[in-house]
Amino acid sequence: MTEFTPFLSLLGGGLIGLSAVLLMAFHGRIAGITGILTGIVPPVASDWGWRAAFLLGAIVAPALLVAITGYSIPFDSPTPTPWLLIGGLIVGIGVYFGSGCTSGHGVCGIARLSPRSIVATLTFMVSTALTVFVIRHLFGGL
Amino acid sequence: MPRLLSALLIGLVFGAGIALSGMSNPAKILNFFDFAGTWDPSLAFVMGGALAVTAIGYVIVLKRPMPVFDRMFHLPTRRDIDGPLVAGSALFGIGWGIAGFCPGGAIPALGQGHGEAALFVAAMIAGLALARTARRALMIRTPA
Repeated sequence: MTEFTPFLSLLGGGLIGLSAVLLMAFHGRIAGITGILTGIVPPVASDWGWRAAFLLGAIVAPALLVAITGYSIPFDSPTPTPWLLIGGLIVGIGVYFGSGCTSGHGVCGIARLSPRSIVATLTFMVSTALTVFVIRHLFGGL
Repeated sequence: MPRLLSALLIGLVFGAGIALSGMSNPAKILNFFDFAGTWDPSLAFVMGGALAVTAIGYVIVLKRPMPVFDRMFHLPTRRDIDGPLVAGSALFGIGWGIAGFCPGGAIPALGQGHGEAALFVAAMIAGLALARTARRALMIRTPA
């Protein structure tokens, strides 16, 4: 069980949206983690600097949040290590060919009413739900 | 330098949003998708909040002639629905359902000091690199 957190999730979602708007306003870029991350995987893109800076900020943020507010960020990873690696590999391949993930397609793309992003988001939401159903309710867990 | 500092600060906002929203917590993600079990609807509020702010903010920002640190807005222009888009997205969903991490959730989880996030991100980067290599190899073999 995880606690239902409508207020915190709405606030967090608002901040995610704010970062997407700011990245467009200042850098003219879509705040999609797939695209940003792909540009710093060797061979790196020529504009790797802002990408690395953005990702560094995203990594440091939770530690700063904990240090400043004392908020303990809930975390539980129920997936066994071998499956975590398999899942990571599948996610990497999938988002590359799918041209984006939850941030790029699900937030920035749908906000622009991009047909590709709407189809991609519906596809991965349904696919994730089916996967969770099969793992939890047909296989009884990993 | 202002360009890098700006990107760093915007990354901070993103990471804080992910951490507060619960998107960096695999158990919470998996529960959102577990409609037949321990369903936690929080993720719908994350998407709702993010979409509302982005949709309104983009309308305002994109009226400007150009961004602060660039000469143009880099907006995707493709509108076609092709095989790789659908197959790749379906594959992403399978991995998300297995691990409970999406790329944007896993990166901030690194900063929470969780080894699971580090393992996932390492495997995900290997997947990205593998997919890019495979696509380039295929493109060389099939000249247009």
